[in-house]
Amino acid sequence: MCGIVGLFLKRPGLEPELGGHLAAMLATMRDRGPDSAGFAVFGRDNGTVKLTVRGPGLQALAARLELDADQRDTHAVLHVPASRMEEVRTALASDPAVTVVGEGRRMELYKEVGLPADVAARFGLSAMAGTHGIGHTRMATESAVTTDGAHPYTTGPDQCLVHNGSLSNHNALRRRLVREGYAFETENDTEVAAAYLSWRMREGDTLEGALHAGLKDLDGFYTFVVGTRTGFAVLRDPVCCKPAVMAETAEWVAFGSEYRALVDLPGIADARVWEPEPARVYAWERAA
Amino acid sequence: MSEHIDLAVATTRDLNGALHALPPDTNRTLWRVLNPRGQHALAVGIDAPVRVEIAGHAGYYCAGMNGGATVVVEGNAGNGVAENMMAGRVEVRGDASAAAGATAHGGLLVIHGNASARCGISMKGVDIVVGGSVGHMSAFMAQAGTLTVLGDAGDSLGDSIYEAQLFVRGSVASLGADCVEKEMRDTHRAALAARLQAAGFDGVDAGSFRRYGSARRLYHFHVDNAGNY
Repeated sequence: MCGIVGLFLKRPGLEPELGGHLAAMLATMRDRGPDSAGFAVFGRDNGTVKLTVRGPGLQALAARLELDADQRDTHAVLHVPASRMEEVRTALASDPAVTVVGEGRRMELYKEVGLPADVAARFGLSAMAGTHGIGHTRMATESAVTTDGAHPYTTGPDQCLVHNGSLSNHNALRRRLVREGYAFETENDTEVAAAYLSWRMREGDTLEGALHAGLKDLDGFYTFVVGTRTGFAVLRDPVCCKPAVMAETAEWVAFGSEYRALVDLPGIADARVWEPEPARVYAWERAA
Repeated sequence: MSEHIDLAVATTRDLNGALHALPPDTNRTLWRVLNPRGQHALAVGIDAPVRVEIAGHAGYYCAGMNGGATVVVEGNAGNGVAENMMAGRVEVRGDASAAAGATAHGGLLVIHGNASARCGISMKGVDIVVGGSVGHMSAFMAQAGTLTVLGDAGDSLGDSIYEAQLFVRGSVASLGADCVEKEMRDTHRAALAARLQAAGFDGVDAGSFRRYGSARRLYHFHVDNAGNY
C-alpha cells in the first residue's frame, strides 16, 4: 500500500505552518503505511549547503569538521559552505557509520522506522517552516522495514522522490544503473527509481523528461511525487493502479494518496479537488 | 424530520450499524451524514428503503452492497462507489474515482461528474449513467447491465465484454478486445431515454449516443484469440 502526501504553498503567509500541515497529513496516512515514515521540507536558502546526515556521534562529527549543525533525533543538518563541499564529502565517505540522506540549498530530509505520527514528532516536523514539502508512510512490500528502506529517496541536490507502488523490473534496472556508476544502499525498488531519475537528468533530461522516460523504462505500479527546489511533480503509471487525489486553492496545491489526508487543510471546503490522470506529468513551480 | 449522524463525533460503525438496524417498514427514512471527511465504507449494505445524504466527499466503497437505499454523495466519491450494489439508487454529485459500480448486480448509479478508470468493471446488471467522461478500461469484463456516458470514454472501453450494453455520446479513445460498435435501434433509444430520465438527464437526446457491445468472439477459447486473453 503506502501513503504519499505533498503540500506546495503559493504564498508566504502559510510558510510557518507547512510542517504542521504535513505532520497531520502523514499521521492520517498511517492506515496506508505504519512501518516507517519520512519527509522532505524545503525551507529558506541561508547561503550554505544543507547536508542531512544520520548516524551516531553527529555533534562530534560537526565539531570535528567545524560546521554548524542542527541535530534532530537520529539526523542532523550540517550547514556546509559551498567551497568546503568536496572536503566534507570526502570526510563523510571515510566514516561508514554516517549516511548522507539528502543535500541541497533548501531541502532537509528525514526518515525513520515507526508510526508516522511518532516519526514526525521525533523530528519536530510540526514546527518546521518552508515553502513546500513531501512525505511518505510505508507499508513494506519489496524490501525490509529499515531506515534505509524508508522514503523519501534523494535524486540529486534539492530533489527527492516518494513512491506508492512496486516496480517489477528494479533488479534489471539496478544492474544497468550500477554500470552507469550508481551505488545502492538497499534492495529497495524506489531507490532504483530515484537513481533512474538522477541518471536521466545527468544525461540531460529535464525532470519532466525524466519522468516521461520512466513511463517506458519502469515496469510496475507507481504514483510518484518528486520534490524539487522550486516545487513538486506528480506522475501516475498508465494503469493508475495506485490512488491519487489533488486539491488546489489560491493559497496552496496539495497531493494525497487519499482525500482523507487533505481534509484539515485551510479552505479545503472550497478547493478544487480532482484525480490526476494516468501517465501525465503534473508540476508546480514557484519563482526560486 | 431527518436523522443526523455527525462523523466528527460518531464512527463509521455507528452510522452503518444504525442503518442496518432499520426494519423494512421504518419511518426514519431520511438520514443526513455530516463531516464525512473522505472516510471509507460509508452507508454500505443498507437493505431498508431509506435516503442517506452524505454532506461532502466520501472515501472508498461508499454505498457498497446497497440493497435498496437511495444514497446521495454531495461531493466526490473514492474507489469502488456502489460496488456490488444489488438494488436501489446511488448518486454522486461530483466525480467518482476508479472502479465505480464494480461488480454491481442491480440498481441505478448516477455520477454527475467524471468517473475515472475501470468504471463498471465486471458489472452484472446495474445501470450506470455518467454525466461526464469515464477513464480507461471502463466496462472491463462487463457481464450485464448498461453503462451510459454523456461525455467521452478512455482507452479500451468494454475490453473482454460479455452482454452489457454501452452507450457513449462523446468520443471513444479506443475499444477493448471483442468490443464493437453496434446498431442503435429504436428499442435501444427508447430504453436509453427512459434511463436518462430516471437518472435526471431529461433534456439529453437519446439519439445522440452510439452503442457498443460484445462481438462474442472471445466467449469460447479459440487458439487464434490467444493474444487477446
